[in-house]
Amino acid sequence: MLEHYLSMFVQGIFIENLALTYFLGMCTFVAVSKKVDTSLGLGVAVIVVMTVTVPVNNLLYNYFLKEGALAWAGYPEVDLSFLGLISYIAVIAALVQILEMALDRYFPKLYNTLGIFLPLITVNCAIFGGSLFMVEREYTFTESVVYGFSSGVGWALAIAALAGVRERLNYSDIPHGLRGLGTTFMVCGLMAIVFMCFGGIQL
Amino acid sequence: MKIKELIFDPIFRNNPIALQMLGICSALAVTVQVENVLVMCVGVIFVLIFSNLFVSLIRNIVPGSIRIIVQMTIIASMVIIAEQLMKAYVYETYKSMAVYVGLIITNCIIMGRTEGFAMKSGPWASILDGLGNGLGYSFILIVVGVFRELFGSGTLMGYPLFELVRDGGWYQSNGLMILPPSAFFLIGFIIWVIRCFDSSQLEEN
Repeated sequence: MLEHYLSMFVQGIFIENLALTYFLGMCTFVAVSKKVDTSLGLGVAVIVVMTVTVPVNNLLYNYFLKEGALAWAGYPEVDLSFLGLISYIAVIAALVQILEMALDRYFPKLYNTLGIFLPLITVNCAIFGGSLFMVEREYTFTESVVYGFSSGVGWALAIAALAGVRERLNYSDIPHGLRGLGTTFMVCGLMAIVFMCFGGIQL
Repeated sequence: MKIKELIFDPIFRNNPIALQMLGICSALAVTVQVENVLVMCVGVIFVLIFSNLFVSLIRNIVPGSIRIIVQMTIIASMVIIAEQLMKAYVYETYKSMAVYVGLIITNCIIMGRTEGFAMKSGPWASILDGLGNGLGYSFILIVVGVFRELFGSGTLMGYPLFELVRDGGWYQSNGLMILPPSAFFLIGFIIWVIRCFDSSQLEEN
């Protein structure tokens, strides 16, 4: 059993890396990866938000939205799954807002560096995509905790790696038009090709 | 601001993907075929215009602390409408795009524009801003989509243009173009081209 969770953990980080295999959360991935410090901060925020939202959405799906899920309330034939999108995003938005207030109060420095990208965590597709994949693959509650945590870690790892590469690139002589965003895209492309190599691994 | 600026600025001078860094995920995921790109662009423009409009209409009565949730609710409702319309009229394409239609909700262009523009501007300007940014987004997606479909599988909108070697023709298809990382390289080159023409977008190290 533990082995199952462990292999899910590794799979979430490397083989099914949300950023570099599914290309989710790309906007923040490209925009906030200028410095390793900032990107680590954001990575931690994503890990926290994902570890909480994926299991919460899992409960929501299994006990309210799934076809027949309302049997405990006496409505076995009700199917609310069309409300999925809007309720997952509501959960995510609420949690991000709470996190924003907490950071503003206790870590103002991090809050200022993250700037507009903190509210944009709400629209970080990695987090929303994590919830959608959880529903699609019918994870149990424990599995969803492991999945949320590991894919958050995978995303954080990817953004930290990209930030490291970009800090190094500051010292290289790049054609003027490619500096900044242009090279970042190219580096992402190369990193994505590298992560495709994990694709064949069976656990 | 003038109407022309609102619509045409986001296409070259302030492009959502190439400069504002918004809405990149879907640019990578749906660009293998031009047909998917067109459906996606229409969906995004629709959602962008209407969520900008509605957010702008209620901007003065929404308390700042819950604005994100309010915006998300409006955007999510718009996406559900777009999703239902796509299911009804272009079902095959809808099927091949799978989760990425739902992911329009988290397409940061939309949230970025409602938060960054519609919250501070009148309804009419917001509609134009939505249209302009939608067009800027579509511009990049269509260019990437045309390159990837033409060089990856030798077709355009499903019609064969280059005869593939495997069907007895002359064109050896470029496998890299079918893989998602190729979109990264293409967007990188597009940015380079845009910045050659508009030097104000250049970044210093």
